[in-house]
Amino acid sequence: MSNTDALIKNLVEKHGNSRNSLMPILQGVVREERSLTEDAMLKVAEALDISAAEVYGTASFYTFLDTIPRGKNVIRICKTITCHMKGKDEIIEALEKELNINVGETTSDKQFTLLTANCLGWCHKGPVMLINDEIYPDLTVEKALEIIQEYAHNTK
Amino acid sequence: METAEAKNFKKVDIIFECQDCKPIEVLDTNLQRKPDDIILDIIDSGLKGRGGAGFPTGLKWKFTKNESAEPKYVICNADEGEPGTFKDREILDRVPEKVFVGMALCGYSIGAKEGIIYLRGEYNFLLKDLNKKLEKFNKQLKERNLDFAITIKSGSGAYICGEESALFESMEGKRGEPRNKPPYPTSEGYNAKPTVINNVETLVYTTMICNLGSDKFKELGTKDSRGSKVFSVSGDTPIAGIYELELGMSLGTFVEEFGDGDTKSVQVGGASGHCVPRKYFEDTIIGFEGIPTGGSMMIFNSTRSMYNVLHDYLEFFTEESCGQCTPCRVGCQQLLEGIEAVKKGERRPSYLEDLKKLASNMNLAAKCGLGQSVANPFNSIVDNFKEEIIY
Repeated sequence: MSNTDALIKNLVEKHGNSRNSLMPILQGVVREERSLTEDAMLKVAEALDISAAEVYGTASFYTFLDTIPRGKNVIRICKTITCHMKGKDEIIEALEKELNINVGETTSDKQFTLLTANCLGWCHKGPVMLINDEIYPDLTVEKALEIIQEYAHNTK
Repeated sequence: METAEAKNFKKVDIIFECQDCKPIEVLDTNLQRKPDDIILDIIDSGLKGRGGAGFPTGLKWKFTKNESAEPKYVICNADEGEPGTFKDREILDRVPEKVFVGMALCGYSIGAKEGIIYLRGEYNFLLKDLNKKLEKFNKQLKERNLDFAITIKSGSGAYICGEESALFESMEGKRGEPRNKPPYPTSEGYNAKPTVINNVETLVYTTMICNLGSDKFKELGTKDSRGSKVFSVSGDTPIAGIYELELGMSLGTFVEEFGDGDTKSVQVGGASGHCVPRKYFEDTIIGFEGIPTGGSMMIFNSTRSMYNVLHDYLEFFTEESCGQCTPCRVGCQQLLEGIEAVKKGERRPSYLEDLKKLASNMNLAAKCGLGQSVANPFNSIVDNFKEEIIY
């Protein structure tokens, strides 16, 4: 049994195999693996006894349920107006340069994916970014780079 | 614009204040009362939903209680996604017990056994602490022999799931596509069962009305807008943050308090709200008789391009439209491409009038609040800042 298979089995045991459990199960897979592979979605469909199209339909609707491979750390920088006014463009530029990728891409070592997001709910403390589930408000370029370097260091 | 007289600017401390009010004691006192008395109190208070739509909370509870289908649900809408709003996060972070008690009192009043908090995925960092506090709270309910328990379900990054019927779809494991209404949630909500769905802040006010009495609450605000409200203030202000204010003040007094002295316009109610230019500040009342708001107040000074502001909002709606109905899916794209074309000179300035008609048609034809409200920012920004859109 592969890691993903075991993970799905555990999640189904924890949340049950009803249709209402689909979101927590998909969220659980993404929490561990950062994205949903075709194989994972097929396995979930089988476990819940629904069609794979239903699983893909749900997964593809939600921004955080990625169906394309992502890095170990997913960075989402808020791009909505107040964060824009407080300088999110400089943060994005700095991170693109540091990680040597553009927004939407993943580093070749699969450690980081850089994305933008709609309003993250920290408009009074922008610019702000989310890394996986952790939030980092009041960013400056220096602070953002420091945080990224810390992640790079910790996940080596 | 309304001509009703505006209230003075007044800071209030009900939501976050916690010295006099131990939430669990409010629960204990009110469990001695009849469910109907609690509902009557909430109706009498005049409390309207604080998420933005403003439906009378007490009536929601009453309609749901009157349904015979079982089981019933109490859902806390914590899918706070409106740009410029961050008050629900702050409430869940600082006074979650007041939210829990509001849910439990609602459950007791309407006869529900299950409460669910739908928390947006962007706030997952709150989960650990919230779950810990819920575990304790659920235990306290058990000790009181109240057959009610609260759990949390997470969202996964979709603005539209703040729309109540899309939220139910999401909780049922489906795409977050809004349903046709009616039926309304009070008769067929989550799992097609009678459901009360209230915003985080609304639930705290129900707790506080049960604590202070509806008369105390009614002393604040105006006839159409009872009580106070938590505002999320951001943009060009030296004091961005969360403020609880009495409803019914004029936008002029608001700007005097929060502006940086050079305020050009205020977006009241988030991306889906209205843009008010300086010349209307004094005549605009913040409340249901003027411009209602879920609490988002974004302040722009004269250095800001209103074209950029509108462009940002339209990009937001284009991405967050669920794509289910054509007026919204295609309309948002066309509005965005339309102002870009006018800006580049590929279209005549008069094309803006066609786009305004499109926005108004979306208001009539779109299936849910998302598509319907795009006309608010679009028409108010284009009407008041046409030169900035064209040149």
